[in-house]
Amino acid sequence: MSSITATYQRLSSSKSFMKRFSIVVRLIIAVILIVFAVFPVLWILSASLDPTGSLGQQTLIPRNASLKNFYDYWWVNPELYPFRTWWWNSIKVAAISTVLSISITTMAAYAFSRLRFAGRVTMLKGILLIQVFPNLLALVSIYLLIQQVGDIIPGLGLNTHAGLILVYLGGSMGMNIWLMKGFLDTIPRAIDESAMVDGATNFQIFTQLLLPLLRPILVVIGILSFIGTYGDFVLARVLLKSTDQFTLMVGLQIFTAGQFSKNWGAFSAGALLGALPIMVIYLALQDQIAGGLTQGAVKE
Amino acid sequence: MNVRTPAKKSTGIQSKESTLSLILRLLFVAIFDIGSALFVYNAFQLGHLQLVAVFAVIILAMNLAFLLPSAYPYRWLVIGFSFMVMFVIYPIVFTLYIAFTNYGDGHLITKEQALPQILSASFLPESGKSYKWTAYKAENGDYALWLIDEQGVGRLAKVGEAIMEAQPGSNGIGELDAKGFPKTIEGFKRLTAVQTATDKTVTGIKFGLDPTIQIRSTSEAAELQPLYVYDAGANIITDQQTGEKYFEVAGTFTSQTSGKEIKPGFRATIGLTNFTNFLQSPALRGPLTQILVWNFVFPTISVLSTFGLGLAIALMFNDRDFPLKKLIRSLLLVPYTIPGLITIIIWRGMMNPDLGVINQTLKSIFGWAPPWFIEPIWAQTAILLVNLWLGYPYFMLICSGALQSISPDLYEAAIVDGANGWQAFRAITLPLLLVAVGPLLIASYIYNFNNFNLIYLFIAGGPPIAGATTQAGHTDILISYVYNLAFSGSGRGVQYGLASAITIILFMIVGAITLVQFRFTNMWEEVSKNV
Repeated sequence: MSSITATYQRLSSSKSFMKRFSIVVRLIIAVILIVFAVFPVLWILSASLDPTGSLGQQTLIPRNASLKNFYDYWWVNPELYPFRTWWWNSIKVAAISTVLSISITTMAAYAFSRLRFAGRVTMLKGILLIQVFPNLLALVSIYLLIQQVGDIIPGLGLNTHAGLILVYLGGSMGMNIWLMKGFLDTIPRAIDESAMVDGATNFQIFTQLLLPLLRPILVVIGILSFIGTYGDFVLARVLLKSTDQFTLMVGLQIFTAGQFSKNWGAFSAGALLGALPIMVIYLALQDQIAGGLTQGAVKE
Repeated sequence: MNVRTPAKKSTGIQSKESTLSLILRLLFVAIFDIGSALFVYNAFQLGHLQLVAVFAVIILAMNLAFLLPSAYPYRWLVIGFSFMVMFVIYPIVFTLYIAFTNYGDGHLITKEQALPQILSASFLPESGKSYKWTAYKAENGDYALWLIDEQGVGRLAKVGEAIMEAQPGSNGIGELDAKGFPKTIEGFKRLTAVQTATDKTVTGIKFGLDPTIQIRSTSEAAELQPLYVYDAGANIITDQQTGEKYFEVAGTFTSQTSGKEIKPGFRATIGLTNFTNFLQSPALRGPLTQILVWNFVFPTISVLSTFGLGLAIALMFNDRDFPLKKLIRSLLLVPYTIPGLITIIIWRGMMNPDLGVINQTLKSIFGWAPPWFIEPIWAQTAILLVNLWLGYPYFMLICSGALQSISPDLYEAAIVDGANGWQAFRAITLPLLLVAVGPLLIASYIYNFNNFNLIYLFIAGGPPIAGATTQAGHTDILISYVYNLAFSGSGRGVQYGLASAITIILFMIVGAITLVQFRFTNMWEEVSKNV
């Protein structure tokens, strides 16, 4: 007995034991947290493989696991709930709005960083101020606006992807400009000044000198913007009306608004395939994304 | 930033513009102007005057930027700003305008569109010019009417066609009988008196076009008269049948004597009515206090819990040599990588009180499980739990970034001064961390203040508040309540005006929080300077 106490005292007094003990405790906590973090994902993975597809009967290890849910809703692409069409719509809308929004914000950021003009500071501050109000708040009037635009140009009205993309573009001129301007400011002006002496125009400096240097940050902002648009729900829900135009998020919501517990398996299959590309991007680029987030956040 | 640079610094660049670029530029402006002109013209025709106004601003800005050499820098940003003006700033202004109107069900169209609809109403005068009639019916269910006026002239009246004088022998009209009605009309079958009397549709049909004729009795048909006459100067509508006068009241022509209203109503500014309704009407106010309280409780707890957990994790694994650090971080980041909508619906499935895995497990172990979606307090707890799952990875990322930027020298100094771990945390880590993360906490607060997705997708604001006349639930926040008012149209129909009024109140709350944030961050910038 006394020898145990002695050993314990000897061990606990030793620094390396304390350190090891604390690491073990922290590892246990980590495991608990990881279960909390990952369980829902495992749960829908198993649900998507469960051919009964019903919420109540699901088990963590699915019985008679099969790819039926994937087959029925992705491969076959049924008319009422065409998951594949929705997914493609999402990719299309997100990709187009990302490319366009990056273009207009980068150009504006160039002006804010490199050119001097009246109202520059006011405009920058104004962007920050307007950014405060999420466009979700003006949802009603955005809806009415797109409805009116659609009266004039049906191709840009309600239930069109073009109309939705326009609204996304309007909302993209916020924080991204600050972020991009911050990075442009870190590129020494001496580079473009020497090019200008050689007779390069602003446009040449922008496209041939600065854009290549900006590429890493453009990728990060582009990915963040793509993910944001891909995951957007409200605007798409309000502006899109017909099944074949829905984005995946709207489609999944409509799909589960009905017979939720019965459609559980099909939803899981859709959710999994919908989330997978984003998860892969995130986990592969987590360092860059974390860098971009903290940069933009801590700066300002 | 605080140094004002003279505006004229960047000129002298355009002189280098090549002819090709000049041509392209002018071509671009020309195409843009033609397209815009068409757009504005059509918008004007359709009566979307606000749209015309905002687009005029954009056209002006585009032309100035691309045509004036001195406006060169603005060319780089005018396109982006045009989008921002059109889809961010204008909607905010438009919201402000709608908040003061009655826009919504029953008042969806403009007065210009409503008046023709109102004036198209007609009535059948009790006396006046009348015709004797006989009805004919075609195979496809169309009707025709043969009319004989007081002079004995016969006319054929069909639906939607002008009434025409017709003679037997022409237009497929057969011989006349003793009373002067054709025995046959080609394509139609003559109806007997009994058939006509039992046919219920024929009396409601309006025959002919300008004037239209309707059957008044078994023997008579008469010309319909316009029911209303509009006096544009006095803005009064008079009912020709009763002589009642209708005055415009809040977007509806209303009789001052009987209180009767003419439909449809139209959009009109109604002053502060939406705001007073919102604040005074017991039906709206009932759930409102509850919603407002929850609207502040929810983001407060959300921010504290997500930041707390995120910080705790960041601190726990801050060691450079912690085993499996990278793997643990990746796995803990998983919630952040899934689109929010998907996550929220997954949790909705897992927390389902009867069928969900969480409750089935809890029931089999403890014999009891929380009624997540049924009891208000448990529904709110569920939402906070889900939001904790959604939100902690963000703060984990931010905090671990910020922790690494704190110089280790500070801790060494603290240890030399005899501080223990907790004291070092309180005196060094937390203040320095808050300097970096403080603005983000407030941003996160604002985000959650309007976290529509979570509230709406989880259980659509439920469980419902008993006795509320508008759709409102115990987990509803203002923005989801606004959404219900504006789009779901349950019970009272869509109410854009009222929804916008509540939105304006949301704008003010968000604005106020932001103001605090700006003050706050300034203060903290000073703190960080002193460190």
